[in-house]
Amino acid sequence: MKASRFEYFRPTRLEDAIALLVEHGSEAKAIAGGQSLVPMMAFRLAEPRFLVDIGRIPGLNGIATDHGVIRIGALVRWRDIERSPELQVAHPLLVEAVRHIAHYQIRSRGTVGGSLAHADPAAEMPGIAIACEAEIVVAGPRGQRAVPAIGLFVGALSTSLESDELIVEVRLPPWRDNRRWAFQEFSRRRGDFALAGVALFYDNGKDGQATDVHVGAIGVGDTPLRLTAVEAAIEGKVVTETIIRDASAAASESVHPADDIHASGDYRRALVGVLTERALARAAGLPLRGDI
Amino acid sequence: MTAARNVYVGQEVERTEDFRFLTGRGTFVDDYEPAGLLHAAILRSPVAHGRIGKIDTATALNLSGVHAVLTAADIGEDIPTIPIRLAPIAGLERYLQPVIAHGKVRYVGEPVAVVVADSRAVAEDAAAEINLAIEPLGPISDWRTSEADKVLLFEQNGTNVAARYSVGFGDIDDIFTSAEYTRREFFRAHRHTAVPMETRGVVAEWDETAGRLIVNGATKVTFFNRRALAAMMQMPESAIDLIELDVGGGFGVRGEFYPEDFLIPFAARKIKRPIKWIEDRLEHLQAANHSREIDCDLEIACNRDGTILALRGHISADMGAYTRTNSGVVPAKAAQFLHGPYRIPAVRFGVSICMTSKTPVGTYRSPGRFEANFFRERLIDMAARDLRIDPIEFRRKNLISKAELPYSIGRLVPYETETAYDTGDYHAGLDKCLEAFGWDSKKKLQGRKIDGRYHGLGIACFVESGGAGPRENVRMTLDRDGLITIAIGSSVLGQGLETVFAQIAADALEFPFENFRVLHGSTTLLTEGFGTYHSRAVVMGGSAILDGAKNLQAAIQEAAALQFNCSAGDVKIQDGKASCPDSRSLNFTELAAAAGPISAEGTFANTKRTYTYGAHAAHVAIDARTGHVAVLDYMAVEDIGRAINPALVHGQSLGAVVQGLGGVFLDHLLYDANAQLLNASLADYLLPTATDFPNVRGVTMQLCLSPSNPLGAKGAGEGGMVAVAASTANAVAAALASLGVEPNELPLTPPRIWRLIQQAKLTVSPPTSSVE
Amino acid sequence: MTDLATVQLKVNGKAFEASVEPRTTLADCLRHDLKLTGTHIGCEHGVCGACTVIVDGAPVRSCLMFAVQADGADVTTVEGLSHGDALSPLQAAFRRHHALQCGFCTPGILTTTHVLLSEEPDADADRIREVLSGNICRCTGYIQIIEAVLDARAAYKQKTDTP
Repeated sequence: MKASRFEYFRPTRLEDAIALLVEHGSEAKAIAGGQSLVPMMAFRLAEPRFLVDIGRIPGLNGIATDHGVIRIGALVRWRDIERSPELQVAHPLLVEAVRHIAHYQIRSRGTVGGSLAHADPAAEMPGIAIACEAEIVVAGPRGQRAVPAIGLFVGALSTSLESDELIVEVRLPPWRDNRRWAFQEFSRRRGDFALAGVALFYDNGKDGQATDVHVGAIGVGDTPLRLTAVEAAIEGKVVTETIIRDASAAASESVHPADDIHASGDYRRALVGVLTERALARAAGLPLRGDI
Repeated sequence: MTAARNVYVGQEVERTEDFRFLTGRGTFVDDYEPAGLLHAAILRSPVAHGRIGKIDTATALNLSGVHAVLTAADIGEDIPTIPIRLAPIAGLERYLQPVIAHGKVRYVGEPVAVVVADSRAVAEDAAAEINLAIEPLGPISDWRTSEADKVLLFEQNGTNVAARYSVGFGDIDDIFTSAEYTRREFFRAHRHTAVPMETRGVVAEWDETAGRLIVNGATKVTFFNRRALAAMMQMPESAIDLIELDVGGGFGVRGEFYPEDFLIPFAARKIKRPIKWIEDRLEHLQAANHSREIDCDLEIACNRDGTILALRGHISADMGAYTRTNSGVVPAKAAQFLHGPYRIPAVRFGVSICMTSKTPVGTYRSPGRFEANFFRERLIDMAARDLRIDPIEFRRKNLISKAELPYSIGRLVPYETETAYDTGDYHAGLDKCLEAFGWDSKKKLQGRKIDGRYHGLGIACFVESGGAGPRENVRMTLDRDGLITIAIGSSVLGQGLETVFAQIAADALEFPFENFRVLHGSTTLLTEGFGTYHSRAVVMGGSAILDGAKNLQAAIQEAAALQFNCSAGDVKIQDGKASCPDSRSLNFTELAAAAGPISAEGTFANTKRTYTYGAHAAHVAIDARTGHVAVLDYMAVEDIGRAINPALVHGQSLGAVVQGLGGVFLDHLLYDANAQLLNASLADYLLPTATDFPNVRGVTMQLCLSPSNPLGAKGAGEGGMVAVAASTANAVAAALASLGVEPNELPLTPPRIWRLIQQAKLTVSPPTSSVE
Repeated sequence: MTDLATVQLKVNGKAFEASVEPRTTLADCLRHDLKLTGTHIGCEHGVCGACTVIVDGAPVRSCLMFAVQADGADVTTVEGLSHGDALSPLQAAFRRHHALQCGFCTPGILTTTHVLLSEEPDADADRIREVLSGNICRCTGYIQIIEAVLDARAAYKQKTDTP
């Protein structure tokens, strides 16, 4: 199908983009890479009357580290992250998760800000934002504000952004050296949205116990989830097979995914437990268990 | 005349068509843009089953750039229906599809209106503005609901069951009563389809002055389609040309007569402008034929030593809302091929063809065979396990031996005569597969759990028919430029037949391969052609080329004789030269320049089917915790008689296996209880990608030639598909044997495998077999 | 009628200007406005990869980009991969390995793997498969495509060797 008609704007200043969004309200939609929006427009599931292309606004495509905080501009593309030697060191979990996003060509165009704004509950970037307690910097007619990731995602494909606000940057807290981490997802085919996915990391305490445990999950709820019960099962403990089993059970118990055409809720619950187990084993450097 | 010397036949000649495809110079139907072109979009029913009320097109018509909106009312009093081309099973003719919905809609995606506009986008804008009132009637989402006849798709027929019949031979009931061992199982193949990369498309051009119609984008069976279209348009066939351009894959689905094949030409004639309609992917998944949705209740009777005594069962087919051109092939061939390559004294198969409010069904590569093979080969594995016989030995014991061929399987298809498997060495096919696969060295993995994954090996044997008659025609012309043009009735849907046909002709005429050009499919080329389906192009078209080459050689001799003033019998043809006894000679270019184009026709007629055969083996490893099945190795072996171009045959085999694996693990047209298609996009309808099945191998045997045609060819392209579900499901069952998992329903998705394992852990399955 | 937008593109080294509706995808613009019909549309919703073209050096699904977004871009399509009647080493490898049948997906696979091998001439079979997982082929089963791309690496290595 062909998209419905729209009027196209390509502002070159952020304030002009925001002014256009203010002017056209809910009939306007911002587009950056368009890798989520254009398919919806191609099915006429999205029919914005005004399209505000923010793709050429300068200053939104930088990757920088500021006192350890990793600042990624909204227009940074997956391809930029994959190819960034700096991020490979500064945030290996992010780079690993990004490699799972869609396909080669999509990663050429898709942007960090676009993915966060689209808020697909099975998408990797929102999951990383939740797991890492990222801050999302948002610009609007009333200036800029920083929204914690947990406050951004309010439902499936739904955020707390106002219609005249734009994501300009995501800030990931400093990544400590020698951190233990893993990203695991299961999808029907390479590049498909995950049926479930788990991102986790922790630091090693001086006696080998896990501290500052963060666990996020995708594909098992209306939004990406922070699995605090799993974190509690691990926090302060040395990661052993027993702890892994407890964490896995806690993961399955703490999610309540609905049935859909791809999988039953029961399947996804079981899957998130398996992925938690595998991610934790990988992070801890323990052998992967495949037992029933 | 057989190929005189095999310089080209049997060689891996690089394809002539590749250059244009690799450089972006092909001409697919959407690449063709005649001047003054308008574009069509089709409004389709959003409701599975309902009564059409008012269709308000006023707003749509008022949009700038809209030229027309056509509904059933504009077509006329009698809405034409699409005729049956193959499998005329009595009863099916009561469920033909009108070219546009009138009165009722019967599936989601059924055409209701055609919008013609300056651009496709505007046509879609207008389609969205049509106000279509439909009073919903009850949906019929599966064959059981269909059979209940509580809601009727065609009230006048009084039933949704288009046909019921039974075929077979032998004293089936007596055998089952007295057999030492029987087992009965219920199997299910799921709805999926071919999904060629190029969607369908039509560019229709109407010449008002000449009263002629040109329809571009036709393929597969253009001459049949022209006949059908001429009748519907009430035009003489001779006033219609169907043109075959480059075609982006068919696999059974593409090229059959669909509603749009009438609607777009009709609109072009009415509006007197060329009109293009290119199916979008959403439409394709709703509107092009679906296939494979068959349930089977199957029972086997054996001696304790594993000798098969009898097979009986019932096929229940969900046919969708209408019987299209070849719908009946799917259930009819499923029933026929339940017999398989085995010696079975008695068989009896019932068939119920049930109409539902879903997209109509037609053939998809290896139609009916893929399903039947899955049902039978699964049951054979279960029987072998019950009787504690190695599944390979069980098969060896029952395979028809070389000495028993030809072997009659009687009349298992109501619209065909008795048929017999022609030639073969079925045991050699199985042995080759085991050897090439490395079964013996892998056997130790059977059922073992290694690093958390359950390993399993599966095998399945098959026999597959091809080479449908009745005839194929060719004209071969030595042109003034010294090149020989082959105009053939066979269609080309991407297999590389331009190369293959030139190889056959080059050997037959002992003239270099580069000097042939192949024109195919279009109705402008010949007065009669039969097209490409049922693995028939090489068998029928290739054999016609041998006849054409013989006749062209004679015509060249005659033409040369006139030039040389000698008798035609004295003219020798060799290496592209005609020479007379006094050693004067003319090369073909000189001869054609002097004598003008020299042309001859060729034909090949045959009503006997060819039967390829072979075996597939699969090695899988299952992650029981996610239900994911990895295919670690796959081997497909098929004896196709003669391979004209082994590289191309190998490509067909590998491609078919991967398509088949998609059908086992990924592809699935999902409907809900309201008969709504839930996954009409390529994001949700999952096709195999490059990472899914990297370990696929194939071996083509050329062991037993077909006796039915001078090439000895049996046809290629479908044998790589036929045993994929059977072999992989057997491998999955073998891997999970310790858990008692029996995967009898496709597709084998991770959630389904996971659920089977969960169920197996909770329950002990009740015995369904009896050993007396 | 919506106003038309002017789009300037450099395609396969040549400058083009087209007037398009903003909703026109880059794929439709290339095919219908610039008559470069080598780029094929297989799904029009960003899954099949047939429409892949190279935009400013990156492989892009041209059905998921409006032409107006590409204004000023340097685009390479399948028509730009070879010069005249000579096949490029990648194209020749596809022919040699019988890595295409119907040819409909082939342009997108060529553009995608051209970028891949230009950037990663040492890509192994797993990497090639991972990258090509965004290009659907219904005919070949991918086996011969992977063989062709592996074979074509040599030509790209030479290219990187000689500046």
